[in-house]
Amino acid sequence: MEYEPVIGLEVHAQLLTNTKIFCGCSTRFGEEPNSNTCPICLGMPGVLPVLNKKVVEYAIKMAIATHCRVNKTSTWARKNYFYPDLPKGYQITQFAHPIAEAGYVDIEIDGTKKRIGITRIHMEEDAGKSIHDDLSPFSYVDLNRAGVPLIEIVSEPDMRNTDEAVHYLRRVHEILVYLEICDGNMEEGSFRCDANISLRPKGEKEFGIRAELKNMNSFHNVQHALEYEIQRQRAILEGGGRVVQETRLWDVPQGVTHSMRGKEEARDYRYFPEPDLVPVVISDEWKENIKNTIPELPMEKRERFISEYGVPSYDAGVLTADRDLADYYEETVRLCGKPKIASNWVMGDFLAYLNEEKLEVTESPVTPRTLAELIEIIEDGTISGKIAKEVFEDMWKSEKDPREIVEEKGLVQITDTAELEKIVEEVLAASQKQLEQYKSGKTQLFGFFVGQTMKATRGKANPQIVNELIKKKLSSL
Amino acid sequence: MESNRLTIHELQEKLRDGSITSVEVTESVYRRIASVEEKVHSYITLMEEYAIGQAREADRRIKEGNAGELTGIPIALKDILCTKGIRTTCGSRILENFIPPYDATIVRKLKDAGAVFVGKTNMDEFAMGSSTETSCFGITKNPWDLERIPGGSSGGSAAAVAADECMASLGTDTGGSIRQPAALCGVVGMKPTYGRVSRFGMVAFASSLDQIGPITKDVEDCAIMMNVISGHDINDSTSVAIEVPDYRKFISRDIGGWKVGIPREYFVEGIDPEIKAAANETIKTLEGLGAQCLEISLPHTEYCVAVYYIIAPSEASSNLARYDGVRYGFRAPGGEDLLDMYKKTRSSGFGAEVKRRIMLGTYSLSSGYYDAYYKKASQVRALIRGDFDNAFKECDVILTPTTSTPAFRIGEKVNDPLQMYLSDIFTISANLAGIPGISVPCGYTKGGLPMGIQFMANHFEEGKLLQIASSYERNSTIERRRPDL
Repeated sequence: MEYEPVIGLEVHAQLLTNTKIFCGCSTRFGEEPNSNTCPICLGMPGVLPVLNKKVVEYAIKMAIATHCRVNKTSTWARKNYFYPDLPKGYQITQFAHPIAEAGYVDIEIDGTKKRIGITRIHMEEDAGKSIHDDLSPFSYVDLNRAGVPLIEIVSEPDMRNTDEAVHYLRRVHEILVYLEICDGNMEEGSFRCDANISLRPKGEKEFGIRAELKNMNSFHNVQHALEYEIQRQRAILEGGGRVVQETRLWDVPQGVTHSMRGKEEARDYRYFPEPDLVPVVISDEWKENIKNTIPELPMEKRERFISEYGVPSYDAGVLTADRDLADYYEETVRLCGKPKIASNWVMGDFLAYLNEEKLEVTESPVTPRTLAELIEIIEDGTISGKIAKEVFEDMWKSEKDPREIVEEKGLVQITDTAELEKIVEEVLAASQKQLEQYKSGKTQLFGFFVGQTMKATRGKANPQIVNELIKKKLSSL
Repeated sequence: MESNRLTIHELQEKLRDGSITSVEVTESVYRRIASVEEKVHSYITLMEEYAIGQAREADRRIKEGNAGELTGIPIALKDILCTKGIRTTCGSRILENFIPPYDATIVRKLKDAGAVFVGKTNMDEFAMGSSTETSCFGITKNPWDLERIPGGSSGGSAAAVAADECMASLGTDTGGSIRQPAALCGVVGMKPTYGRVSRFGMVAFASSLDQIGPITKDVEDCAIMMNVISGHDINDSTSVAIEVPDYRKFISRDIGGWKVGIPREYFVEGIDPEIKAAANETIKTLEGLGAQCLEISLPHTEYCVAVYYIIAPSEASSNLARYDGVRYGFRAPGGEDLLDMYKKTRSSGFGAEVKRRIMLGTYSLSSGYYDAYYKKASQVRALIRGDFDNAFKECDVILTPTTSTPAFRIGEKVNDPLQMYLSDIFTISANLAGIPGISVPCGYTKGGLPMGIQFMANHFEEGKLLQIASSYERNSTIERRRPDL
């Protein structure tokens, strides 16, 4: 029998606020353990949470960007469980009435679009971290992360294969980063993903029994864990067995999933309304104001690049994957007016140098202004495309303007036909042997003469003129 | 007369005209404590040295002419209010040695007003009780009869005021914990509207019901305290930004033409005949002052205790989860692993009543039971609130006895939780509805025990309560007595 996977994803994104969700402590990562704490995030007796408005603003941004309905009134709840890194013994989260519901994200695979539904987005606080040391009989608790704001984005079970899941995850990641509300770092845990996955016979309407997968801290891991889980569940079903509803952990080194806890051990979180906080009320005016701050999102940008600049879909994808890169490209095009050659340069040499030196787009020594100038002097024939690569390298190292470099190094293209004719004659005169062979029919030696001429001019000769001159000379032999 | 017997307003005058100093008053309070505290046991922690220091500072401020409303006045704090650098136990072993690194907002406000802190008063553990018998620091006794309980959970605060061991005190009221001990100790106690006073720094019992309020020797002192402690606090999202009137202005106004609602559901079987008679006497006095008393109905009254004992323990089960031995407070030794450490710590750190309520609350919130208990109780709570909304369309204030019996004997109900829970039968409704209530003395039983009358008003109408309570206080014929200690 053929089985069809049904996948839903839950994404936890840490929000890039300066302070925690319910107190004034810093959210900075990597500080001395327990240094970013206060009586409130330590859960001391009698303290009360006060909501950070920025968190609501960021959640609304994500809600609008994913076409969700933003609820005018949403409420807080307590999720109760005991763990040393949870100082109050409960997590403040949203349960019955989340801030946003019923949205979607569009994905595109090999030219085919698909809409993935978003069930809800809600705000909550992060827990701290437990640090276990195998050599010590103690566990340690770092509460710097306790109270860092999160949004949880819950998808509908709309994905039918791992490709769709990873595409959806990338789109969500991209939107969060574009909105500048999450740094998207999966390794540091500022972008985390859990998956619900089940299999059902193809054509069947009912969902099968699902497993929840945790501990996948890269796109790669998500892909592999889902693939593993599909195989595991298929083997069980094909063997006539039943999948157990449980939470499973992805074991990165082993490449397998392990059962963490079964349904009967499932925690009862005893959710109830948080009495220490009032409901979050969002006015139309506030929502509109936030809406106006939302930048063009990657999917829209991609489509605009294709129609406005005439770049291929693949190029548009590369250029818009990063908001700074897209801005860099657009600025370059605005200055030089040559979208196609600009995209070749940005996607080619520019990204290659950037990646090699592990720089951010904004840290590049070559700016849109200098790159546009380079494109201009290629287009107007001042330098050849070949020389341009040399100039670019120089621009990267010296941060000088391309015209300056061309001037200093005497790289201006030789377009003077009389001067070039003299050089061609010299080249031919020095290549008697090859000339003989050419005459006896070895016409592929044409390229050799062009190459020798270019070499003689250190690449500065205009190749078209050289071509024509050599053609003329050889035919008159 | 020893100055410790004075009221706040009497003392304010004397301090201002220089006929007495704060240090003298504070010393007088401590002399009284030295002579009666062994019998009454109002306090968990006394802080004489600290208080004398504050008194000296107060005297300096008075001399400079920049005294605040409470400058130099000795006040006691229920040991549920966090005091920076001073142990705050909540009457529990689990917080036996807990020293907060912060002040509750109310403590800061009292400090700003110049108050002198006498000490931290005894209470039922985590404010769960009606008799101050569940404290892990021993029982507080009723100053009027040392064999009887002072009420609770703010029993220490009420006893300290009644025994003149301070000028006034702060209590907290989740289901009657200010008004019931005030009534049983013959003093004035007010639970303000939910949201009137910041809860920041008050160790939470049931967050949607808790409210801090004053316990004082008379109604004018209550108004003075309310002026100091009321108002919005950015650190408490549930505190309300409604302007605070000068409560003292309500003290001398009369109540001619007022409508006083008498809910028939509060005058039923089981109420002590002497208390019923005292309530009727109070009604007559009010009518003599030009008020019209009319029978009203609060139809969902019979559900109040049941609703309260779902909601309060549910919230408590969550609020008390933080006492796990991990970060502060008591940790039981010998835990073999995490779960064992939790179990040992919480089993030996909490007393029986607290554990009973944690279990009740955990059960009520559990999946499969939530709808039948917590959710249903929340729905009935809305109906109870609706009862009061309707009632206040007909009347200005509501009058009921504060308690159904006078102070009972120590040990009488401590092993009968249901009987104990019923001792808050008349006070719980105000917490569920979020409205303010005040208890004022309305006489003594033949056996010499004080009785209290309760007034309730609509949200943020504390002024009305002070107005009627002070009118009654001025015009009632009951003699003013002091406990013989």
